[in-house]
Amino acid sequence: MIFKAIVFLPLLGALIAGLFGRVIGARPSEIVTTGLLLFAAVLSWIVFSRVGFDHEVARIPVLRWITSGELDAGWVLRIDTLTAVMLVVVTTVSSLVHVYSIGYMHDDDSRPRFFAYLSLFTFAMLMLVTSDNLLQMFFGWEGVGLASYLLIGFWYKKPEANAAAIKAFVVNRVGDFGFALGIFGIFYVFKTINFDAIFTLALDVAKPDHADHTIQFLGGTFNTLTVLCLLLFMGAMGKSAQFLLHTWLPDAMEGPTPVSALIHAATMVTAGVFMVARLGPLFDLAPTALQVVTFVGALTAFFAATVGLVQNDIKRVIAYSTCSQLGYMFVACGIGAYGVAIFHLFTHAFFKALLFLGAGSVIHAMHHEQDMRNMGGLAPKIRFTWVMMLIGTLALTGVGIPHLIGFAGFHSKDAIIESAFVAHTAYNYAFWVLVIAAFMTSFYSWRLMFMTFHGNTRAAPDVYKHAHESPSVMLVPLAVLALGAVGAGVAFAHYFIGNGAEAFWGAVFEGSPDSAGDAHGAAHDFPEWVAWSPAVAMLLGFALAWLFYVRNPSLPDATARAFPSVYKFLLNKWYFDELYDWLFVRPAHWLGRVLWRIGDGRIIDGLIDGTAATVGWVTGRIVKLQTGYIYHYAFAMLIGVALLITYFMLGGGLSR
Amino acid sequence: MNIVSAPILSIVTFLPLLGVLIIAFLSREADNNNARFAALWTSLVTFGVSLLLWINFDTQNPDFQFVESANWLGPIRYKMGVDGISMLFIILTTFLVPLCILASWDSIKTRVREYMIAFLVLETLMIGVFSALDLVLFYLFFEGGLIPMFLIIGVWGGERRVYASFKFFLYTLLGSVLMLLAVMAIYSTTGTTDIPTLLKTPLPGDLQWWLWLAFFASFAVKVPMWPLHTWLPDAHVEAPTAGSVILAGILLKMGGYGFLRFSLPMFPLASQTFAPLVFTLSVIAIIYTSLVALAQKDIKKLIAYSSVAHMGFVTMGIFTATVQGIDGAIFQMLSHGLVSAALFLCVGVIYDRMHTREIAAFGGLADTMPVYAACFMVFTMANVGLPGTSGFVGEFLTLLAAFKVNTWVAALATTGVVLSAAYALWLYRRVMFGSLDKPALAKLKDINLREMTVLVPLVVLVIYFGVYPAPVLDVTARAVTQLVENYQLAVGAAASVAP
Repeated sequence: MIFKAIVFLPLLGALIAGLFGRVIGARPSEIVTTGLLLFAAVLSWIVFSRVGFDHEVARIPVLRWITSGELDAGWVLRIDTLTAVMLVVVTTVSSLVHVYSIGYMHDDDSRPRFFAYLSLFTFAMLMLVTSDNLLQMFFGWEGVGLASYLLIGFWYKKPEANAAAIKAFVVNRVGDFGFALGIFGIFYVFKTINFDAIFTLALDVAKPDHADHTIQFLGGTFNTLTVLCLLLFMGAMGKSAQFLLHTWLPDAMEGPTPVSALIHAATMVTAGVFMVARLGPLFDLAPTALQVVTFVGALTAFFAATVGLVQNDIKRVIAYSTCSQLGYMFVACGIGAYGVAIFHLFTHAFFKALLFLGAGSVIHAMHHEQDMRNMGGLAPKIRFTWVMMLIGTLALTGVGIPHLIGFAGFHSKDAIIESAFVAHTAYNYAFWVLVIAAFMTSFYSWRLMFMTFHGNTRAAPDVYKHAHESPSVMLVPLAVLALGAVGAGVAFAHYFIGNGAEAFWGAVFEGSPDSAGDAHGAAHDFPEWVAWSPAVAMLLGFALAWLFYVRNPSLPDATARAFPSVYKFLLNKWYFDELYDWLFVRPAHWLGRVLWRIGDGRIIDGLIDGTAATVGWVTGRIVKLQTGYIYHYAFAMLIGVALLITYFMLGGGLSR
Repeated sequence: MNIVSAPILSIVTFLPLLGVLIIAFLSREADNNNARFAALWTSLVTFGVSLLLWINFDTQNPDFQFVESANWLGPIRYKMGVDGISMLFIILTTFLVPLCILASWDSIKTRVREYMIAFLVLETLMIGVFSALDLVLFYLFFEGGLIPMFLIIGVWGGERRVYASFKFFLYTLLGSVLMLLAVMAIYSTTGTTDIPTLLKTPLPGDLQWWLWLAFFASFAVKVPMWPLHTWLPDAHVEAPTAGSVILAGILLKMGGYGFLRFSLPMFPLASQTFAPLVFTLSVIAIIYTSLVALAQKDIKKLIAYSSVAHMGFVTMGIFTATVQGIDGAIFQMLSHGLVSAALFLCVGVIYDRMHTREIAAFGGLADTMPVYAACFMVFTMANVGLPGTSGFVGEFLTLLAAFKVNTWVAALATTGVVLSAAYALWLYRRVMFGSLDKPALAKLKDINLREMTVLVPLVVLVIYFGVYPAPVLDVTARAVTQLVENYQLAVGAAASVAP
């Protein structure tokens, strides 16, 4: 009952606000949706403690869904530690974002719609994380995509918002193309799409002498599990904005800022990481696929960080940061450290939501100004927000003392970097790329802090004068998230990645009870300098940012002028938008026009030109014959059919 | 008396003709509303009676039920009956017709009596198609449906209605002449036109070949399959709203139904031979028409092309000859019957207000018509196959089946989900979103009670069947399993005979 309540209360809220919001008004809609979510969040923490610490695992059937032949996919809620962690993350951040939005959206006319969408999103996300089969996961997957589309385009009068919304949906569909094919392939090989059954059967398929060990796919013969995992991972790349399918995420910042915090930082974009972790037992049997996951993760962590270095829109900096941090999580997945990946997902949810909501508070204070070049010196005006953002930055950059204590990101991110070292990728590339990315993370984070809050203001005088702290309905959620950003690492490291990990996770990442249990937790066996390297990178990043934006503010411009091509390359996000426009968007439209005008118009209708001519001829005649009485048509047609029938009778009779 | 022993199928089929009689006897001078109400009530009663079929349908029985048989013209019998494959198409028909009559309430102002008569006659013929168990009877209903549809487009259509209606007529007629020849050939070979008998009578392999092609010509035009689709956009654009609804909702399904009733079970060997051809045409249809949809400037044309793409999944699913593929194809047809009907009804709503279908003439309607915008959004999402809507189930099952048969087919067809998202959301954006800067649009009123009565049931069903498709899948399950088993037996037997 408690599980059903957690999942379906947000749906109830969404329905009430969505269907009756106009009738009951904005404030009741806010109260209902927010209240239900707060309740769901409390229940989630109860579940978390029961599952995580008392190991209560459950599978609750709700309803039949698609049954056809051997296919039997139901609506089922699956509760284990991994789900419980996600429940806590989703409902906690979502309820805080609901509360925050009451303040942030207070002068918007469509608040019931906004809160309905937020709750709808939460419901879809919860369906995703509680899924027991691939189909329900796909439902949640596309459901959050729908909510994301609706929320990015929430201000539907803005052309940029509409474009960003469509882009997000379509790019995600490209990923879902792979996900869907992966599901088809899984069903083809295993005759089931339920997780536990897949994991058990996959152990056999992994054996080289099994008939399904290889698969015919698009003309080639490949290792079955590698193909399946890579197809599924394509979905993860889309949802989690990984390299090549990342282009939608920065544009998604057109949506209201609470949306960015909830969907595009803390929850939805981590769905890809969740998927790989959930399918860990399957991916473990496909080492090649895991190597791809590691590579894509590392590449994204690096790529997104480089772009983040030069962006001027405060939200876009954080968006690229999210993209980069998701790369970290995938690296952890790729080296089999699922527990570490989920730990970073967990802590990241707190501090990244904090940073976004903090940025929202800044934007709120600055009357919807988002360009950091028009900010500066805001710390004294909005001191509370500044402190919150500072905590978020300390957590994101991973401030802490190795082996001792630190902010949330310190515990989780450093664990990923250390695991990457132990995993021994080629030339240890994963480790080094992540350390370099950590340096850039530190640089762009402090750059954001300095450009926004410190130095002399570059804001218009009247805007600066009127800059004001946000109402407490917005500040309280910040404080709660800050608590997580400070303490989530210390409090939970023991369970997620420490000595308590084995008991905490149970068999979540194991294919079957008897499979060799590698820890899937953090590694402990590495040289001392490895533990210190992220800290050094972080300090160097801070120092450089300080030099550039506090000590000598003319340096950034000078550097950009010294390396104009590099600067432009980064500023234009490696020109991916232009490339895709040229490669896909334009050709598709061009092809559409050509196929229509020439394919349909000239060739097909032309080939049947006899027909077309006849049509013209008959039409001419008929128009002349037209007496305006429809019975003539009907009569003519009936005569025709009667003749055909007579012919049939005759023909049939003669041939006997 | 047991309800099942009443000739309930014939009652459902011919009940609409009773309405025709009533309308015919209405005084000519009488208010057009009498004709409207007579038609509405007739179609509602028909729908109600048809539900008895669904309720009394035995889902465990794979064979024909509610069978009626009577002597008619010599060797041709009047024989009716339904199985899991045809059952729900009848319900879809009886469900959509009242909506069509409601949708035509204000928009049809001339020759209202004749219009209503045409619709009711069409309803009888459509139900007949899905319940006929004799080849000739089927042929009569199948071809007869052309006449009222031809009239609906040709008399109450748009500016180029005569061109469109004749294009429609010629395409479909050319296909059906070949089918008639095939019917004759079947009769001369087997000496019967009884469909249940024919389903159990194996035909010689080389004859199957020709018969398959002849039936294919007729059904492929109806579906329509690429490259025989070009009549459809013209017909849709010129047809009145309700005409488009029936065209997309029911008439296209007759082609898919024909493949399931005749091609696959009666000519299994030929079906196996020609399956690659069907896959190729289906995949081309999905990709080609989706791309063409991207380029459209007319809302109805865009939806028409989208229909062709969606029917591509149907033909692909049928010829996988697997349980999932056929279940999926039937589900896709039923879902498309609801969704495309709903989309055309939505176009009708704004066409009635603005008298244009140009996409560029709209923009920002979400502001003045929020309820309409919400309905349109649900249908758009169903059209792009979002899980949780009925549009997903069929697409998913057909693609799942296609993967078994050929990964290229599955992969290429799956690109349709990306393209459909692109054109459908692009359409929605240009019509509903953006700022409302065209003065004519600012005064538009949201949908009224009558329009809501038409759209809301569709919204509910689209979501209901997306979340809980079991009522549909349970009905089709046994008949489809039997169809696939027989198909595999026939194909297997032929393979073991061949050296």
